[in-house]
Amino acid sequence: MPESFVTIAYIAAGLLFILSLGGLSAQESARRGNLFGITGMLIAVAVTVLGPHVGGYATLAAMLAVGGGIGAVLAARVEMTAMPQMVAILHSFVGAAAVLVGFASALGPPTGLTGVEARIHEIEIFVGVFVGAITFTGSVIAFGKLQGVIRSKPLLLPGRHALNLAIILASVYLGSQFVGAEGAAGHPPAAPLILCTALASLLGVHLVMAIGGADMPVVVSMLNSYSGWAASAAGFMLANDLLIITGALVGSSGAILSFIMCRAMNRSFLSVILGGFGADEGAAPAAGAQPAGEVTSITASETADMLRDAKKVIIVPGYGMAVAQAQSPLFEITKLLRARGIDVKFAIHPVAGRLPGHMNVLLAEAKVPYDIVFEMEEINHEFPETDVAIVIGANDIVNPGALDDPSSPIYGMPVLEVWKARVSIVLKRGMASGYAGVENPLFYLDNTRMLFGDAKKTVDALLTELGQDGVAISA
Amino acid sequence: MTVAIPRERRAGERRVAATPENVARLIKLGFEVRVESQAGALASFGDDDYVAAGAQVVEDPRALWAGADIVLKVQPPDLYPVLGQHEADLLPEGATLICFLWPGRNQALIERLAARKVTAIAMDQVPRISRAQKMDALSSMANIAGYRAVIEAASFYGRFFTGQMTAAGRVPPAKVLVIGAGVAGLAAIGAARGLGAIVRAFDTRPTVKEQVKSMGAEFIELNVHEDGEGGGGYAKEMSPAFIAAEMAMFAAQARDVDIIITTALIPNRPAPVLITEDMVKTMKNGSVIVDLAAENGGNCALTEPGTVVERHGVHIIGYMDLPSRLAPTASFLYGNNLGHVLADMGGGGHFHVDLEDEVVRGALVLLKGELMWPPPRREAPPPPKAPAPRPAGVAAPTAHEAKAGTGSGMGMTVALVIGALAFIGLGLVAPASFLSHLTVFALACVVGWQVVWNVTPALHTPLMSVTNAISGIIVIGGLLQVSGPLSDPAVLFGAAAILLATINIAGGFLVTQRMLKMFSRG
Repeated sequence: MPESFVTIAYIAAGLLFILSLGGLSAQESARRGNLFGITGMLIAVAVTVLGPHVGGYATLAAMLAVGGGIGAVLAARVEMTAMPQMVAILHSFVGAAAVLVGFASALGPPTGLTGVEARIHEIEIFVGVFVGAITFTGSVIAFGKLQGVIRSKPLLLPGRHALNLAIILASVYLGSQFVGAEGAAGHPPAAPLILCTALASLLGVHLVMAIGGADMPVVVSMLNSYSGWAASAAGFMLANDLLIITGALVGSSGAILSFIMCRAMNRSFLSVILGGFGADEGAAPAAGAQPAGEVTSITASETADMLRDAKKVIIVPGYGMAVAQAQSPLFEITKLLRARGIDVKFAIHPVAGRLPGHMNVLLAEAKVPYDIVFEMEEINHEFPETDVAIVIGANDIVNPGALDDPSSPIYGMPVLEVWKARVSIVLKRGMASGYAGVENPLFYLDNTRMLFGDAKKTVDALLTELGQDGVAISA
Repeated sequence: MTVAIPRERRAGERRVAATPENVARLIKLGFEVRVESQAGALASFGDDDYVAAGAQVVEDPRALWAGADIVLKVQPPDLYPVLGQHEADLLPEGATLICFLWPGRNQALIERLAARKVTAIAMDQVPRISRAQKMDALSSMANIAGYRAVIEAASFYGRFFTGQMTAAGRVPPAKVLVIGAGVAGLAAIGAARGLGAIVRAFDTRPTVKEQVKSMGAEFIELNVHEDGEGGGGYAKEMSPAFIAAEMAMFAAQARDVDIIITTALIPNRPAPVLITEDMVKTMKNGSVIVDLAAENGGNCALTEPGTVVERHGVHIIGYMDLPSRLAPTASFLYGNNLGHVLADMGGGGHFHVDLEDEVVRGALVLLKGELMWPPPRREAPPPPKAPAPRPAGVAAPTAHEAKAGTGSGMGMTVALVIGALAFIGLGLVAPASFLSHLTVFALACVVGWQVVWNVTPALHTPLMSVTNAISGIIVIGGLLQVSGPLSDPAVLFGAAAILLATINIAGGFLVTQRMLKMFSRG
C-alpha cells in the first residue's frame, strides 16, 4: 500500500473522530457518532497494519486479539456506578502505552535524523514519556481511590508543593542530559529517560494522592486531558498526524470537562490540582453558621399524600441514590405520578455523580427517559412554581448556604435552589453532613421535610404507597 | 393520655378541634382519643369517620370531659344551657385545655379556669416565630378568612371576576383592592388572582412588596416613605402625614375598584378606619367591601360586625366567622396546629409543660391553676428570616466572579505574549517538518475545543469513554514498532503498547455503545 494512501486514510480517520465527538451534541445522533468513531479506528488500524513499515504479524495479531478480548469483557461487565473507575483505568493504559511507545522509539532503529530535527525528536520522546508516566500512575491512584482500595482522604505531605517543584526541576535537568547526548549504539542515552520515568511516576502518584474524594470528577477529567496530550506527544515523536489530531481532540475534551467541573464547584483549576480540599478547610466550617430552627420529619405515607396533591414535582438525585440503587423504584414512582398527570422532572447538578454526566447515565440505565432529565441551568428557574422537590442522596448541591452564607466553605458554588419549591422533601439516612463536610441549612427550613431512612427502602415504601392507588383506580 | 374532642356549642361555630385525619395523627403520637358524638357534624365529619380513624365516640358530654387528660377545643369554654353547666366546670382538676382563649379580654373565664387548677394553653398566644409557624393557628385561620373573603365578595358581586371576550360582547375584569398584605391579605390576593381579577394591594410595610408581586398583584406605593413594620408580623400605627397620603390614595382607589378587602389590624387597638362613608358613596353601585377587621370594629366606617349591610349601593360584609364558613378545611388546619403543639409538648409518651420552650411558654396561660400570662418579655426576637436568600446574597458571588474574570483576563494577556514569543522562537529554529505537525496540532486543538463545547452535558460520561477509545489510537505507535525480532526490547515495548491500547479501543467503544443504548425518549 503506497504511503500517500495511508496518509489519506489517516485524514479520513481523523475526520471520523471529529464527527464522532460532534455526534454527542444530542442523544439522537450520539450512537451514529460512536459508529463513526469505530469506523475511523478500524480504517486507521487496518491501513497501518497493511502499510509499508509494519511486519511481525503474528505478535501483532495476538496482541490485538487479547487486548480486544479484555476490552470487550470489561465493557460488558462494568457496572454503571463503576464507570469512573473504568474511565480512570483506561486513562492509565493510554499513559502506559505512551511511555512504552516513547521507550520503543528511543531504543528502536536509528531515525537517521540529524541536527535540530534529531534534537526535536529527542525532546518529543522525553516529553511524551514524562506526560505518559504522570498519566499512568495518576490514573492508577485515581482508580484506587474511586474503587475504595486507597483512602479517599487527601494525603498531605509537609512541603508537598516544594516536592512537586523539585521533581519538575529534576526532570528538566534530566531532559537536558538526554537531549543531544550520545548513548550506546547510536541510541539516545537510556539512563536519564528511565530516571525521568521514575520521577514522573512519583509525581503522578503524589499529585493525585493529595486530592480529596470530592474532587475526583475534576481529577478524572484532568487525566483524560493528560492522556490526550500524551497521545499527541507520541504523534510528534512518530511524525504521525493522526495521533496528533486525536490527542489534541482528547486533550481539549478533558480540559473542557475539568473546566466545567471546576466552575460547578466554584473552585479554580489550580486549587483543585494542588489538592488538599476537604482536609484543612473542611475541618472548621459551621461554627459561625450553625443553622437555626428545627428539623421536621415526615413519613413515607405523608410524602405519598403530598405527591398525590402536587401538580409539579422535581426530583434531585445525588450519588447517594446510586449507591443505594434506588433509581429503578424511583422511576417506577415517576411513572405512577406521570400517569396521574403530574409533571415530574429530574434536575441534575454537574457534580451530582463521580464523573461528568455520570448521573445522566445512571438514570438512563434505570430507563428514565432523557427528555425529563434537565441540567441545573435549564431547570433552576422552575423551582418557584414547583409543588414538591424531592432530594435523594444529595446534600452539598442543594445547600442554600452556597448562595447566602459567605462563611460557608462552598460559598459561591452554584446549587439547585430546591428551597424555592413549595415543599422540599429530603431523603436522607441521618443528619450527617455531605461530602464537603458542610452543614446544610436546607434541612432546618420551614418548608423542608426530612424523610429519614435508607434511600432504597424509603423509595420502595413510597412506591408501595403510591402503587396501592393504582390498584384502587383500576379495580 | 386521653385527649377529648367536645362538640362546639357556640351558635354559628361549625368547626371542630380535630378531623378524623387529625385524630389518626394524634393516635400515632401515642394519645388515646375520645370524640363527642356529632362533634364533626357541621364540618361534614360523621361519627363513623372518627371511629374508622381509631377514636372512641362518646354520647355523654359530661363523661367525655370528666375522663379527659387533655381537652382540645376551638372556642373558649362558655356557659351553655344544653349542658346546664359552664364548660370550665366540666374540666377535671389538673387537666390541660388547649383552645382559643383570648386571655386579654376573658379575665373572668381565666379566673374560673384557675379555680379548677387546670393548665390552659391559648392557641391565639402562640408566638409568631419561625419555629412556631406550624402551630400558628391564627395564621391558618387568617389564610382561610382571606380566601373566603373573596368567595363572599364574589357571591355578592353581580359580575365576572375574570374578563371575557364573548361573541355577545366584552366583559371587563373586576378590580380588587386588598388593604393589608398579611397572611389573610396574601390569601385574598391569591384567590382573587385565581378568579381572574386585576388585584392591587397596599401595605404600610414595604418589605411585603416582593410577596405581593410574586402573587401577581400590583403593589401600591405612596410618595411618603415610612416603614410600618411593628414586629411580630404586624404593622404599627403611622404618622399623620403618612395617614393623610394613605387616605387620599384610598379615596382615589375607591372610585376605581369594584371590590375592597380590608385586613388592617394593629395589635391591642381598635382597627383603624380606612374607608370612610364618603369613600363608600363614591364607589360604583354593586361594589362590595369585605371587612376582615370587623371583629375589632372594622376598617370601614359603615361595617356592621357579624352581618352584611347595603349602604349607598355597596354591600359591606362584616362576617366574623369566615373560617367557620369553610369548616372542614379550617378544622383540618386547626387540628394540625393542635397536633404540632401536642407533638412539641412530648406527644402521648412524654407529655409535659416545658417552661424553657419558647412556644409553649408564650401560649401558656395557666399552669395547674397558676396564672402564667402574660409571659415574661424576652429580649427582642431577631427579625424573621426570609426562607429564600436575599438578592444581596446572590449579588455577592457575581462580584466574586467579576474579580476572577479580570484576574484570568490578566493571565490571558500574559499567556498570549508568552505564546507569541514561543512561536517566534520556534519559527527561527524549527525545521519545516516539525512546523507542519505543529500546524495540525494547533488546528486540531481548536476543532476539539469547538466540538466538545457542543456536547450536551447529559452525554459527558459517554464523551469520556469515547475519548478513551479514540486515544487508543496510540496503538499506531505500537504497530509501527512491532516489526522485528522479539528479542529486541523496542519490539517488546511496542507489543505491550498494542495490547494496552487495544483494551482501550475495544473497551471504550463498546462501553460507550452500551451506555448510549440506555438513553431513551419518554
